[in-house]
Amino acid sequence: MLVTYTLFALVFGVGAVAYPGFASGQVLLNLLVDNAFLVVLAVGLTFVILTGGIDLSVGSVVALSTMVTATGLRAGWPVPVVVAAVLAIGSVLGLLMGLVIHHFDIQPFIVTLAGMFLARGLCFVISVESIPIKDPAFRAVATATLDLGGLNITYGVLVALLTAAVAAYVLHLTRFGRTVYAVGGSEASARLMGLSAGRVKVGVYVISGFCSALGGLLLSVYMLSGYSLHAVGMELDAIAAVVIGGTVLTGGAGYLAGSLAGVLVLGVIQTLISFQGTLSSWWTKIVIGLLLLAFVVVQRVLPGARRAPDAVTPAGRSAIAAR
Amino acid sequence: MKSRLWWPLLALGALLALNLVLAPAFFALRFQDGHLYGSLVDVLNNGAPTLLVALGMTLVIATRGVDLSVGAVAAIAGAVACTHLAGSADPGGAGTAVTAIALALGLCLVLGLWNGFLVAALGIQPIIATLVLMTAGRGLAMLLTEGQIVTVDNSAYRAVGAGHLVLPVSILISGAAVAAIALLTRRTALGLLIESVGVNPEASRLAGVRSRRIIWTCYVFAALCAGVAGLMISSNVSAADANNAGLWIEMDAILAVVIGGTSLAGGRYSLAGTVLGALIIQTLTTTIHTVGVAPEVTLVLKAIVVICVCLAQAPKARALLRRLAPARAETTKAATP
Repeated sequence: MLVTYTLFALVFGVGAVAYPGFASGQVLLNLLVDNAFLVVLAVGLTFVILTGGIDLSVGSVVALSTMVTATGLRAGWPVPVVVAAVLAIGSVLGLLMGLVIHHFDIQPFIVTLAGMFLARGLCFVISVESIPIKDPAFRAVATATLDLGGLNITYGVLVALLTAAVAAYVLHLTRFGRTVYAVGGSEASARLMGLSAGRVKVGVYVISGFCSALGGLLLSVYMLSGYSLHAVGMELDAIAAVVIGGTVLTGGAGYLAGSLAGVLVLGVIQTLISFQGTLSSWWTKIVIGLLLLAFVVVQRVLPGARRAPDAVTPAGRSAIAAR
Repeated sequence: MKSRLWWPLLALGALLALNLVLAPAFFALRFQDGHLYGSLVDVLNNGAPTLLVALGMTLVIATRGVDLSVGAVAAIAGAVACTHLAGSADPGGAGTAVTAIALALGLCLVLGLWNGFLVAALGIQPIIATLVLMTAGRGLAMLLTEGQIVTVDNSAYRAVGAGHLVLPVSILISGAAVAAIALLTRRTALGLLIESVGVNPEASRLAGVRSRRIIWTCYVFAALCAGVAGLMISSNVSAADANNAGLWIEMDAILAVVIGGTSLAGGRYSLAGTVLGALIIQTLTTTIHTVGVAPEVTLVLKAIVVICVCLAQAPKARALLRRLAPARAETTKAATP
């Protein structure tokens, strides 16, 4: 996690030296403004990954949420009803996936892959067209900015930071959070200790579903439209952010603040590339890929110096749990 | 083995039966100008790239891994071949097509070596190791094509994905690949070694199996399969689209493998199951088109079928079914003391 923040500072420093105007507070805040939804997604995914699971459905659930928001508002539903409906849909989808994963012992990878197809498919069923959001109340929230002494942020940033704060509290200071780590360390041991491993396993998917729906709401505020092709591939951005933030995919080790840092690193790279101007946007993908590589190699090599490398046992948890 | 193939077979049978009822023309085969036409041929033809990718994926999954980068590799293969064709002095010649294909597959070999290096030599989790190439790969393909859709006009190259030799060439290629892999893994000890590595790489290594080399080979093989699939896709439309070629194909391939009864936990795999799985996915898509359901519903139906087949294969779901059917429960009780 420290490495991630150092990296963030480093990349931001490079930008500050190279481009005039880069090192302004607004650029820094815009990282949050432009990535508020990704922060929320990464928060939910951190829970899932900490238990050793994975949720591939987050991007599609985001898209579904924007669709439901847009169609709901177009149909004249009041804003609170729409918000409640979207959050409920996300949570229920997460609950269903969690129940299937836990009770039928099917790999999370496959179940959430099916969830991803389902959510994306439902988007197409609702509409293949992009639906603009015209609701005045919604637009007012979207365009409103909070003035922080000359610097502006949107309400989305507040929501994202609040989510991260609540999640950090739940993860690091409650019984539920400790059980998440225990299940990620060793599910069998957690169960033998009498922890409610099953409830926690289902719970993290509900959290992830809820966060995806919330992220979808933030995205619909940001984009002011619902579109079935919103957030394609965003699950990978979110996974990359969590991994860059230092959470290991086998579960059991990582911090929520790390995921936040991961999102910021992804964001600052994007900003850097757009400041550069001559670099094409596909460089973003290549740089993120290289960064991901650097991080997993570092994660791999650091504990490797302390213990014999068990290179051929990818599932070996102990080697990485040391951090 | 038989019981594992039973559910996918049943699913495929059910799909075909559905077609028989809803659109009998589905089974019509025509022979025209020395080519075979019909919906069944279309299923095989359109499913060929997925099948190829799924074959490579089966072996990777058998080693307890997964390869997310295959879609990106497919895009890169198409991009390399098409940019070489478009930039060469003789864009229409058969020789250029051969060089282009060789170049593309050579690069895929390198990409496979790279994935294998990360997984087998550095010991990075397969899902993350291949995620690197999945993210960066499409960017690479975009870089190669400079963000454009590169179109080519080369009859020899076009033959790979759209040619006919009684059957479409793509069917013949994927069929040959299935046969070659089946022979290689089931007539030699290779299949057994792959399974042993999947069950426990460390124990296999101690028992004298070159675990790392086998894992490495599987990733190289998967990348090559993906490369051929990418060539098929781009040759079929005579263009390389770095953004959309092979998009989601890794998901389809993983689904095909899992529907076919191979466990993602590694150690056991079924090539026949993968072939069945790929056929189910493609038949489902084609059925939806023939029956006239809106194409938007495809994904929803796909998700439902996947969940049903996975549930049908899960031991716990079967136990639940047995409890719900008392007559069968008694026979099980009698069988297991």
